[in-house]
Amino acid sequence: MRPERDGEGLRHVRRSIRHDAAERHVTGEAPYIDDIREPEGTLHVVPGGAPVAAGRLTRLDLSAVRAAPGVVAVLTAADIPGANDVSPVAGDDPLFVAETISFHGQPLFAVVAESRDAARRAARLAVIEVEETAPLVDVAEALAADADLMPAYAFRRGDPEAAIAAGGHRLAGELRIGGQEHFYLEGQAALVVPEEDGTFLIHSSTQHPSEVQHVVARVLALPDAAVEVAVRRMGGGFGGKESQASGWAAMAALAARLTGRPAKIRLDRDDDFVMTGKRHDFLVGYSAAHDAAGRLEAVSVQFAGRCGYSHDLSSSINDRTMFHADNAYFYPQVHIHSRRLKTHTVSNTAFRGFGGPQGMVFAERLMDRIAWATGRDPIDVRYANLYGSDDRNITPYGMTVEDNVAGPIMRQLEASSDYRRRREEIRAFNARSRHLKKGLALTPVKFGISFTTTFLNQAGALVHVYQDGSIHLNHGGTEMGQGLFIKVAQVVAEEFGVALDRVRITATHTGKVPNTSPTAASSGTDMNGMAAKAAAAEIKGRIAEFIARDWQVPVASIAFRDDRVWSGEKSVTFAEAVKKAYLARTHLSAAGFYATPKITWDRPKATGRPFFYFAYGASCSEVTIDTLTGEFTLDRVDILHDAGRSLNPAIDIGQIEGGFVQGMGWLTMEELVFDAKGRLRTHAPSTYKIPTARDVPADFRVAFFDNPNREDTIYRSKAIGEPPLMLANSVFCAIADAVHALAPGRAVALDAPATPEAILFACARQTGEV
Amino acid sequence: MTTRPIRFLHRGAVVEAPGFPPMTTVLDWLRLERRLTGTKEGCGEGDCGACTVALGRVKDGRLAYEPANACIMLLGQLDGAELVTVEDLASGGRLHPVQQALVDHHGSQCGFCTPGFVMSLFTLYQEGAGADREAVLERLAGNLCRCTGYRPIVDAALAACSTPPDDAHARRSAATAATLADLADGDDVFVGNEEAFFAAPASLDALASLMQRHPDATLVGGSTDVGLWITKQLRTLPKLVHTGRVAELRTLTVTDEALTIGAAVTYGEAAVALGALDPDVALLLQRLGSAQVRTAGTIGGNVANGSPIGDMPPLLISLGAEVALRHGEAVRTLPLERFFIAYGRQDRAPGEVVTHLRVPRLAAGEHLRVFKIAKRHDQDISSVMLAMAVRLDGGRIAGARIAFGGMAGIPKRAEAVEQALDGVAIDDGAAIGRAVARLGEDFTPLDDHRASAAYRLKVAANLVIKGLAEIAAGDRSATRLTPLRGASHAA
Repeated sequence: MRPERDGEGLRHVRRSIRHDAAERHVTGEAPYIDDIREPEGTLHVVPGGAPVAAGRLTRLDLSAVRAAPGVVAVLTAADIPGANDVSPVAGDDPLFVAETISFHGQPLFAVVAESRDAARRAARLAVIEVEETAPLVDVAEALAADADLMPAYAFRRGDPEAAIAAGGHRLAGELRIGGQEHFYLEGQAALVVPEEDGTFLIHSSTQHPSEVQHVVARVLALPDAAVEVAVRRMGGGFGGKESQASGWAAMAALAARLTGRPAKIRLDRDDDFVMTGKRHDFLVGYSAAHDAAGRLEAVSVQFAGRCGYSHDLSSSINDRTMFHADNAYFYPQVHIHSRRLKTHTVSNTAFRGFGGPQGMVFAERLMDRIAWATGRDPIDVRYANLYGSDDRNITPYGMTVEDNVAGPIMRQLEASSDYRRRREEIRAFNARSRHLKKGLALTPVKFGISFTTTFLNQAGALVHVYQDGSIHLNHGGTEMGQGLFIKVAQVVAEEFGVALDRVRITATHTGKVPNTSPTAASSGTDMNGMAAKAAAAEIKGRIAEFIARDWQVPVASIAFRDDRVWSGEKSVTFAEAVKKAYLARTHLSAAGFYATPKITWDRPKATGRPFFYFAYGASCSEVTIDTLTGEFTLDRVDILHDAGRSLNPAIDIGQIEGGFVQGMGWLTMEELVFDAKGRLRTHAPSTYKIPTARDVPADFRVAFFDNPNREDTIYRSKAIGEPPLMLANSVFCAIADAVHALAPGRAVALDAPATPEAILFACARQTGEV
Repeated sequence: MTTRPIRFLHRGAVVEAPGFPPMTTVLDWLRLERRLTGTKEGCGEGDCGACTVALGRVKDGRLAYEPANACIMLLGQLDGAELVTVEDLASGGRLHPVQQALVDHHGSQCGFCTPGFVMSLFTLYQEGAGADREAVLERLAGNLCRCTGYRPIVDAALAACSTPPDDAHARRSAATAATLADLADGDDVFVGNEEAFFAAPASLDALASLMQRHPDATLVGGSTDVGLWITKQLRTLPKLVHTGRVAELRTLTVTDEALTIGAAVTYGEAAVALGALDPDVALLLQRLGSAQVRTAGTIGGNVANGSPIGDMPPLLISLGAEVALRHGEAVRTLPLERFFIAYGRQDRAPGEVVTHLRVPRLAAGEHLRVFKIAKRHDQDISSVMLAMAVRLDGGRIAGARIAFGGMAGIPKRAEAVEQALDGVAIDDGAAIGRAVARLGEDFTPLDDHRASAAYRLKVAANLVIKGLAEIAAGDRSATRLTPLRGASHAA
């Protein structure tokens, strides 16, 4: 109707509007899966896992399980009417082990009982016999065994090996980067209600309702149309419910199918840790050459990623590690090589950043290595290596960086954080402090926005306007706390020119919008916002045409604002206009669709434009370490982040701060420990430590970098879900900087996570003690 | 003496629960029995705080609300308390001030942890002391949020908890206190039968005789450990004996010579008296568990369960504490370090009860240092914990009690190091270095998920060095990452 004006007259978008469920969150009224009132007769499903990481199941005696009080049924692979496969892509994730055990805790069976407690107790009564074989547990073991899960993949430009061999300033090193447990506060859960004619309604805590639908249909040998999946909200997702919610829904669906009764599954936290995948951990080997000023000439890097026992989404995840191995830096000649390793551990999966953060941790270590070698301030080494605007702007995968603002963001943050003065203060502190050392780092983020699996870049929405002028909003995106629902509602209310409370937000439902992509890759608002806007615009156009006819005015004169429909000075309330349009037989419902433009990706040739645009940011962290114990404190953080023109600044600030803290946890305290037999020893919050309130510094300064998206995104905003996680790189680099102060000029050997142990031993290596 | 079922106050009414399975948790009762689903289960082991509820009790003559983890708290422990959950806060169609502040500050994202935060902040709000950032962080250490990064929650807390409480609970506190006073009596609680019961005796005599009759019963203090036997190990514990109502075990006596801490005194109740011994002790108690854990957990329980990684035993051993036990009519005391025999084995007979701990004050010339090493500052189990009391005489070490947690199967003194340090000048770095090198004679620590053996040995040595350097310098400010609160840094 009217061309988008840049912020002028906007009523809802670009405003800090609270999360739509905020009041229900604080009163406890917002229902999660386990809070939904159960239909009468609901059964409870609890899985039983493999006692070893690798081997062959030789006997599974479930007689004691079946005989236990309250047990109604026990499910095994033999009970599956369809395919014993709950995988997202490759067909290699059995719902239940039939014979081959691939990781410790892998589901062998499930108990279906009258109560969850009865099911849990019964699950421990199974008699399980196995022929145990030696597991491959970590990356090093898998590398030694050449246990590649899928073919290696590489980006190459020039002849970096030759350039490095000939380079005057060479460096080489290794870096270990740990994995991460999602620790969504609501664990995996699903409630399955059998309906008539062999169909099922599934309430699932999933980021990907369409995939839950498809997987359940596959397992039960049903057409997709026989399965409906609804998701009102998740108690956190972070990627952990992208592909890995499906199996649990399928397990409950199988129980419902076999018993004819509703069935619910809610994993115990320990089972959730043990039985669901995590962020991929990596062993990174690299070499590089640079000039005397610290500008890179050539980079060669190999990422060896632990995929676990199956493909899951590991192909795309490891690809993204490669896509972000440059972070914001230009590698003139480059070889980025990726091996995807199979281990006898749970199948690693999506986690906020989707492999990208690991690539970027490498890039920042590379910058620090150059700084330590040249004696230049690390920030100046970073400036020297940033992508250019008109030259030095081609990525290792052939995409031109058109929207680079990393330099301006860093320079603005350098000034606002008082980086240079604090650098001098820290130098002075370190000179006089014997046991405590301070460190400082300012690191950029550049993150590619779009699914690199190109077909996923599509979204649908469904909007109805009812006769009273109230609006029903539905789209394919899921709400996991990130504020997607309120943002899309803002867009729709803006489009109709109505108050926000006229828009009713509804649960994601495969029966309303089909064939949806996961809410992932930071794309939720970009894509669903556009699809919902299109749907609203369609209905608005029909109402406008009707009003124009009715009033005998040009359609172009019709405007929707202030809950009224206008032509010049004449107006009518939105509700009246809708009612009149209905009586004139106007279609007041529309489906909207969006496919991200411009993107291409030719994976075999490793070239194209996989990303619609890049989101940028920078952070500056100051830390203090205790060189006697390896403990550290995060003393101050400054962040400047590019959210384009933020659709909802309060929500986006929440994503920035939350992402940063989650990344900080990953790189400093969250440690996944598998023992030599492949058993996860850190399987609960008692042993796996995510940040608490105290770990966030009192001095935490977060601001937006004003930068309307040059691409035509929803109100020129930028995706915000994942990029802020990588702002935490500055914490890891600041810790390394503090260790470096013990013996300047020597390369710091610090792996992630920087636990007290990792820091203390890095200090010992720095001083030559070990 | 008569026995009676448990009674507690919930939503304005006294709930009498004459029969319930002894292992019923407060969370299951709320969610499954009462279908009050605002209180969430995040972990089922008291570590995430999503299940936080508030318990009102009369303390020092006034009604006080404390946070507790409903997931591992037994229903029977509620006896005599008011149970407040997230459903009970909004009134008259208006959000409670802490709820409103969380909304206004964008303090929820996915919302699953939010009810727990609301309840922790509700307890802080009721204190009305004008909470500062430190108080907020301390109160929230047991509440995990994976979405927000906490900043908006802390801001909301500071905004909401800065004024004297003026909500429905505060306004009716006198009436609530009166109701709770009516519930408090000297009767023994006993629910069940001789084969399966929850008992909460009111006197030490009643406890001793009950335990003599049922030596196979499980003693429960705060259930911060036993709760996990139930929720995680799925153990069947048919006979549960709660110590929390035993008057004699609930006493804390402070004299010029010593503190005497009843076995059922919680960390929270002992924090001020113990913390006054030394700022390091205050910091340890602040870092031990969370507000929820310190509300429920008892010092006697931390000793009696014999955990090699409990934080109290090394501290108490370094202070030269004695433990007192009672078995039927028989009473005995022994030095605490002798109570721990081997991993999982304590010098406690079936049916015998830890009654109290006697903790001598530091003598003149004695210096205490306490260090806790963990992956996370708050609410983490120590990978290594050191507590050492060092007596100086003319600049030389004249006796030291150096106790470690996390270094062996039991909390244990570093005797070889202690001997090697004897007579060493406090500023003789070389001699101290030689002495701590003998740690390997005292300990053969394990590799586990918290730390490697190599790290444990190295950091243990460094901690002794650090502590002695601080004592020599008479100052802790140059060696600490976080300033100690509420006391000078001086040794």
